[in-house]
Amino acid sequence: MALAFPFSAIAGQEEMKQAMLIAAIDPTLGGVLVFGDRGTGKSTAVRALAALLPQMQAVEGCRYHCDPAQESRLCSECQDRLSRGALPITMVTVPVVDLPLGASEDRVVGALDLERALSRGEKAFEPGLLARANRGFLYVDEVNLLEDHLVDLLIDVAASGENVVERDGLSVRHPARFVLVGSGNPEEGELRPQLLDRFGLSVEVKTPMDIATRIDVVKRRDAFDRDPAQFVALYLAQDAALREQILAGRALLAKVRVPDAVLEAASRLCIALGTDGLRAELTLMRAARAVAALRGHHEVTEAELREIAPPALRHRLRRNPLDESGSTTRVERAIAELFGA
Amino acid sequence: MSDAGRVAALLAVDPVGLGGVVLRGNAGPGRDAFLAEFRALLPEGAACRRLPLSVSDARLTGGLDLSATLRAGKPIAERGLLAEAHGGALLVAMAERITPFVTAQLCAALDRGIVATARDGVEAVNPAEFACIALDEGIDDTEAAPASLMDRLAFKLNAEAGCDEVDVDVDAARARLPGVVLGEQILNALTGTALALGVDSTRAQLFALRGARAAAALAGRDVVTEADAALAAVLILAPRATRVPQAEQEEDEEQPPEPPPPEDNPPEEKPPESENELQDGPLEDRVLDAAKAAIPEGVLAMLQSAVSSARARGGGKSGAWQKSGKRGRPGITRRGMPGPMARLNLIETLRAAAPWQRLRRAEGGIEGRVLVRPDDITVTRFRQRRETTTVFLVDASGSLATNRLAEAKGAIELLLADCYVRRDMVALLAFRGAGAELILPPTRSLVRAKRGLRLLPGGGGTPLAAGLLAARDLVDNIARRGGTPAMVLLTDGSANIALDGAPGRARAMEDALAQARGLRLSGHATLLVDTAPRPAKLARELADTLGAAYLAMPYADAARLSRAVQSAMPVTG
Repeated sequence: MALAFPFSAIAGQEEMKQAMLIAAIDPTLGGVLVFGDRGTGKSTAVRALAALLPQMQAVEGCRYHCDPAQESRLCSECQDRLSRGALPITMVTVPVVDLPLGASEDRVVGALDLERALSRGEKAFEPGLLARANRGFLYVDEVNLLEDHLVDLLIDVAASGENVVERDGLSVRHPARFVLVGSGNPEEGELRPQLLDRFGLSVEVKTPMDIATRIDVVKRRDAFDRDPAQFVALYLAQDAALREQILAGRALLAKVRVPDAVLEAASRLCIALGTDGLRAELTLMRAARAVAALRGHHEVTEAELREIAPPALRHRLRRNPLDESGSTTRVERAIAELFGA
Repeated sequence: MSDAGRVAALLAVDPVGLGGVVLRGNAGPGRDAFLAEFRALLPEGAACRRLPLSVSDARLTGGLDLSATLRAGKPIAERGLLAEAHGGALLVAMAERITPFVTAQLCAALDRGIVATARDGVEAVNPAEFACIALDEGIDDTEAAPASLMDRLAFKLNAEAGCDEVDVDVDAARARLPGVVLGEQILNALTGTALALGVDSTRAQLFALRGARAAAALAGRDVVTEADAALAAVLILAPRATRVPQAEQEEDEEQPPEPPPPEDNPPEEKPPESENELQDGPLEDRVLDAAKAAIPEGVLAMLQSAVSSARARGGGKSGAWQKSGKRGRPGITRRGMPGPMARLNLIETLRAAAPWQRLRRAEGGIEGRVLVRPDDITVTRFRQRRETTTVFLVDASGSLATNRLAEAKGAIELLLADCYVRRDMVALLAFRGAGAELILPPTRSLVRAKRGLRLLPGGGGTPLAAGLLAARDLVDNIARRGGTPAMVLLTDGSANIALDGAPGRARAMEDALAQARGLRLSGHATLLVDTAPRPAKLARELADTLGAAYLAMPYADAARLSRAVQSAMPVTG
């Protein structure tokens, strides 16, 4: 496998980088949607993040690389094996699965194993991409071009953490917990509002406009293309520090307190913006908690809330075609009104 | 050496790094000359595949080779065109019409140099590094290869210009390329030039660096010189220019505020020269001058007005269209015989047959064959969802502009919101002055629709006939592609420019009514919104001729307008 561009070498794009780090700390947030211009390093960032994450423990030989530490979430095969004795453990890298645009539903959810069925007449389940993405990332580039029913399916599985297959006379369910990362260009079509809402965070990326950053971006990318190994070595220490930060953040996450005052502020913000349902508040609170954990804080403050509100809320606003201002501006305006500038 | 010759040589030196070239123009000796020249420069035996417009998903990215699978009785994979082109070139025929799906696959292969397949029980990753040659045969500027593809190809050439013979030692240059050094000054100069020309994509800037390196390698140098950088700027950056450095600033002001990002103000046209870059200034200016000189004359004049529409167009119009309809959600899959409404689903049929193979063989089948019985046969029914495209034809002439254009825009925005909710596509045509103009090709992007509307200029004569003619072309085109067009015409019905552009009320009205009769024949749903301050006979007459529903705007509030459009529109679903 080719070397990935180091995460810490990505110049600029702070909001996107932060959103991805947060998603890595709290995978239950609901994934990240990255919308923006071409050539702004959207897919680079996803691959870089995966390369950054430490290896994880998994049950050896399990097709879903189950986590041996969490017995309640084991797949049925691992549960069988567990009842017969201790599970063998191995270390695996965090999977990043690309969902190719043309993927058919059977490859995504899994289907009857054609080879075995045709040659041996056996009915066996062949896991799909969702199985491979379990405990990792599922990356969909050009998510707005994906067939609607596939997007529905992805989001549904991502939310429930379980893939239920009922087809070809098979009846299988297996764990499928993954962080869904979608990217796209809004000029090529939009996602249905119902789908937008299911993504935890949404970030907008733009081409940097100041010359220093641009030269930096071009220079680093060029250096990487010319000699990947040498370039990656330059950022080894920084990437390692970031990795430690993620691990510390994950450990801390459950202990981070959210004071009532902050919760109330989150609710007021959501009401002011008129977001539907409670998902907005929940995501906002979780995201703020993940930011605090990433920074090593034990308590969420208003600062984290304000910082993470735009990516957590901007895609949940009711679309108003007559409002000329972008959704980011609307979120910022509401924040300024509620909390003062 | 001609530009085409230089492009062929540079591309042959670094095909993967530079991505490829868009050849714009019709098939002909010019295009053939370039292709022949380029092929001659590629290494002996390099693959050269042609991607036809009608390529199937499986043929493109690989999948199950059905005939081989049935013959062998076990799944046999095929690699697909992208993987087959590895190490050579891929010709994309009629690049202006390829679907968003093919575009996305092509872009993914160009980005990553591999093609990943996950379909029909086959999962594979194959290398796919190739030079992509997009043959763009678009006629006018509304037809072009998809922007996302063009962004990934370093060069853009006029195919009809031809190509002279290139006499260079590509092999030596290729061997030299990895060692070519590109200095800081050159890098800063190229990046600054890109900024000054309004070239924002990081890819384009990287292409410029790689192009300069390839040029140095071709010239037998180990260090990139100013000449190499200038060549790269001319061939790679100049064709992408979205603004002209140091052009008249007042024209710049007219540009819409949105398309160029906020920092895109005239004062920044010359890149800021911070203290340590002072000495780079002259070099950068020279590179910039070279690039500027290379921007074709016509483009210079057009740039000011075209920037917005070029960007607004985004994905290309044919793409937007083809996303709909046929690629819509396939309906239910069930056992049954294929027919006009249902297509054989081979994979599902095989799946249905699979579990029974052993039994059937035992019953006396032939070994090594898949035994399919009629009751295994599975078909997919396609849901016949025809997509509605609402075409707005707006009178933006002086008579309307003065008092009612803003109101009309407001009404359209309401209708747009409505279309958005229904997931319809919208298109926007305007007529004013001498003729009609397609402001917005059919799109589902609300962002683009709103931008198109905001940029809608007003004033001038009323060439109603030309507007109706353009609308007819557009709706017919939509219908041909399998969509259901509906038209909303906003006008006060008084024309004063005839079809041939001559002023004169009588002729103009005559022409308009003739066109209206023609439009009626196409038989699409039409609504006429009378924008006259007081509802007048003229518009009513026009509506009758068109066979259109009539609505007077003074009485139309948002809700009524929306209801009227909905009732005028065909039922979809």
